[in-house]
Amino acid sequence: MPDFLLEVGCEEIPARMIDSASQELRQRVAALLDRERLPVSGTITQFDTPRRLALLAQGIPPAQPDVTEQVTGPSVQVAYKDGQPTPAAHAFAKKAGVDVSQLERVTTPKGEYLSAKVTKKGRSASEILAENLPKEISGIYWPKNMYWRKPNERFVRPLRWLVAMLDDEAIPLEFDGVRAGTASRGHRILSSSDIPVPRAGTPYIDALRSAHVLSRAEREHQIRKALDAATRTIPGARWREDNPLLDTVVNLTEFPSAILGSFDPQFLILPEEVLVTVMRDHQKYFALEDAQGKLLPNFLAVLNTADDPQGLIRHGNERVLRARFNDARFFWETDQKKSLLDRLDSLRHVTFQKDLGSYYDKTQRVQRLCSWLSEQLKQNGLTVRPGVIHKAACLAKADLTTELVKEFTELQGIVGGLYARVQQLDASLPEATRMSIADAVYDHYKPESTEDAVPRSLEGAVLSIGDKADTIAGMFALGMVPSGSKDPFALRRQANAIVKVIAEKKLPLRLTEMMRDARSGYRNSETEKKFVNDSDFTASITTFFRERLAFYLRDVCRHAYDVANAVLAADSDDVVDALARAGALAKVRPSADFEAISISFKRMKNILRQASEAGKKPAEAVDAAALAEPAEKTLAAQIPQAAAAVERFRQARNYEAALLEIAKLRPLIDAFFDKVMVMVDDERVRANRLALLQTLLKEFSTIADFSEIVTEGKA
Amino acid sequence: MTPASSNPLTFQELILRLQTFWAQRGCVLQQPYDVEVGAGTMAPETFLRVLGPRPYKVAYVQPSRRPADGRYGENPNRLFKHLQLQVILKPPPENVQELYLESLGAIGIDLRQHDLKFEEDNWEAPTLSAWGVGWQVMLDGLEITQFTYFQQCGGVDLNPISAELTYGLERIAAFLQDVDSIYDIVWARDPETGHPVKYGDVRLADELQFSVYNFESADVEKTWRHFELCEAECRTLLEEYAARAKDRHPPATDGHTGSEPFNKARFPLLAAYDLCLKCSHYFNILDARGAISVTERVGVIARVRALAVGIAKAWVDQQTSESGTPDEPALPREQKQKKKSAKPELTPAAT
Repeated sequence: MPDFLLEVGCEEIPARMIDSASQELRQRVAALLDRERLPVSGTITQFDTPRRLALLAQGIPPAQPDVTEQVTGPSVQVAYKDGQPTPAAHAFAKKAGVDVSQLERVTTPKGEYLSAKVTKKGRSASEILAENLPKEISGIYWPKNMYWRKPNERFVRPLRWLVAMLDDEAIPLEFDGVRAGTASRGHRILSSSDIPVPRAGTPYIDALRSAHVLSRAEREHQIRKALDAATRTIPGARWREDNPLLDTVVNLTEFPSAILGSFDPQFLILPEEVLVTVMRDHQKYFALEDAQGKLLPNFLAVLNTADDPQGLIRHGNERVLRARFNDARFFWETDQKKSLLDRLDSLRHVTFQKDLGSYYDKTQRVQRLCSWLSEQLKQNGLTVRPGVIHKAACLAKADLTTELVKEFTELQGIVGGLYARVQQLDASLPEATRMSIADAVYDHYKPESTEDAVPRSLEGAVLSIGDKADTIAGMFALGMVPSGSKDPFALRRQANAIVKVIAEKKLPLRLTEMMRDARSGYRNSETEKKFVNDSDFTASITTFFRERLAFYLRDVCRHAYDVANAVLAADSDDVVDALARAGALAKVRPSADFEAISISFKRMKNILRQASEAGKKPAEAVDAAALAEPAEKTLAAQIPQAAAAVERFRQARNYEAALLEIAKLRPLIDAFFDKVMVMVDDERVRANRLALLQTLLKEFSTIADFSEIVTEGKA
Repeated sequence: MTPASSNPLTFQELILRLQTFWAQRGCVLQQPYDVEVGAGTMAPETFLRVLGPRPYKVAYVQPSRRPADGRYGENPNRLFKHLQLQVILKPPPENVQELYLESLGAIGIDLRQHDLKFEEDNWEAPTLSAWGVGWQVMLDGLEITQFTYFQQCGGVDLNPISAELTYGLERIAAFLQDVDSIYDIVWARDPETGHPVKYGDVRLADELQFSVYNFESADVEKTWRHFELCEAECRTLLEEYAARAKDRHPPATDGHTGSEPFNKARFPLLAAYDLCLKCSHYFNILDARGAISVTERVGVIARVRALAVGIAKAWVDQQTSESGTPDEPALPREQKQKKKSAKPELTPAAT
């Protein structure tokens, strides 16, 4: 069976897009082969570089299998006249590709009909691929597309060549004006342009290798090896692992190597954060550290060429880095001429959001909100040092006007923290307080992802929450709610960060209340006139945070989705409490009693819903005198006692004990459903029983809504 | 010192080599545009030429003024005014990347000795409602060229697409000559004495004095008035064009009596564009001067953009109408109708 090769040759594809596009092309082609009954007997291998997406399918059938089917034709009555076949019979035979004499007859309820065995010839793989591959290639999702030769198709970058082969035969594929052939292209500089591909499969990979083009895995291996080798020339040194950076350089090269460069050690007086940002984010260099983790005055650059025998490339890279570091040092020194405190006023000229005012306005709101948050925490016995939080909130955004942040925007917050550490903020401030302020400012953008650490101090946590809550409140108040993939201000990420900080710092805060207070920072302002009304705001904020909290329970705490749903149905406003309830619920959930309780609660809910749909109301309260059956009497008698016990445990936040208490009701509830019919004709009895169910649901759903728990299909 | 190439080019030789290279590949060699622009893209040879259906190939050096980037001549890497060599290839040939690499050979860069990467970099100019897709070309870790396939300009979808190559001349020269400061670049060398004239000799006073002007002494109120005068005149021209293009026999404002056909080709859209460029430059001065407040900034950018979008739209109309420039045959009607409508691009507020 022939091997199949497809190579889509392109001008340089953005590094960040290659991996997912390669994966997608593989899935698309695999699905196509499947759909067209051309199953791959071996494996499918991807081969992608900045200039190509390729894949190799080992052994596909040269053609689809033939298909034989029985088709029905005209009725015998029409097909034969006086024993002779009519034109209808001939036409059918011709269509079926058989002789009239080979036609068969079938009897159907409608009468006797002609029938024929038709063999549909399978089409060749080459034909099918040529016909279908253009759709699959153009279907690949790219975050940003372009035209280069309108009005033809769009692609990520101009598509320049195609190789499509079955073994050594070209497939007559044409896409976007480019005809596929059997010639690929090698490395831009290290190889001549046209590389003949002798055949699909390993010969393709070999041809590319000799043209200085390596597979992704080979490139990664070669880069790691080169980084290690270069690092070994400095005793005790290590290069800093950085997987995103490694992925980037792997996808920026076709034939990589690495060089070790150095910079003037005097630049080490600049903070490590600044040096590493310049190296990693701007120059795509790996940083080196000594055995103690201290930054070394060296860097590793990954090249898209074999080597640097004359040291020209190293020299050039060192020159660029020197200029960058000189700039950074110049910015650092310039920035010190104006302290953070003196910069506050300039924040009036930095727009936060066009309707929400400047960063100066934001600073004032965040200060106010942080005071409110501190007060909430204080009532629960947590002390936020007012001298620290107030000053930190005041200075948090001042670094936005510094040259260093204008140059390295990714260092906002961090730069503010670094400057607060070295500047005399206020002569009266004790050194320790100043450092705490600096730390809180430094940390206040954290956590930037679900993996990132939360701020170190309580003040840092409060500032981080206050800053983000202010942004979310303002945007939601303007009705700018994230939807689908649209979240230009990354509000989801910021809300995730709030949930994470509250959860990890175990802060007794209620989300909706906090967000309403954040919104109240705009009270009586011009902006407020553009706001959506209060209840719409609260509703959208509550839903939004509930989703974020559900995300946290599921994706970070790894709770089952039904546990998350059950817990959040009871309350989704107190993060710490929801986590505790979810933990307890996850623990008791596997027990048999609990499974049964969940089923019963679902049943109760269903009965109440159906009753309500039928217009049958429960009584105002359970009337003990109206209870007839022993099972319902026992259950009703037990409720107040059990409810009191559950409430006691709940108050003490001993949710596991509370849930076990509820589970104890199982035999009583089971007996009730065994012996008692709820929907009886007697209206009084029925209403009373419905009231009993309602009471049960109300009293015992405060920790979680058990009806949300998915049971094994026995609802 | 290890210069990137032996016997490196002077700054002016670098320019001459690149110009010769592109002239030999069919480019018109234009001269720098004589109105202040912030980038080579804003010169009409790019902004207007990429619009409409006519193929064009051009190369020119463009001094680009960015008042806020001035550093009084004290920073070795930053300039208020730098020089770009701009190449427009409309439409781009199949081998446009290879041509570009050849041009590096023409200035003495042996690519086999260096590390070259095309790294994603998508260009966008909100004031022009223009954007494109492409790369920054990195040579030994230094960005030497911006390589862009224009997609939209003045809010108009482009057809055909143009490729734009923008060479950063100071950077390339500093690289070739292996100097750490732009001011140390040898601009010219006396052929007889070998005496060098350096970049600093030619341009330092420029950097210092314009930094002083842009940051300290530009008269805010007068600059605003300049801005507003240019804007008003530009807008008037655009309104007149729109009105007369709609009504084919209007009473003309220039004293002619009505019923005279509107000769589109005569209409001074190029002058309107100059006025728009002046607005953009005055805005940049006001910005550097710190004279534009929060509430104004986004609004002022939108005002300049409105002019650019209006001009682009009118320009396309002028280029594709029957009364186009005399040496160009009118385009078939069908092609005119295919013309895309202007779609101003909204850019999020700076945060």
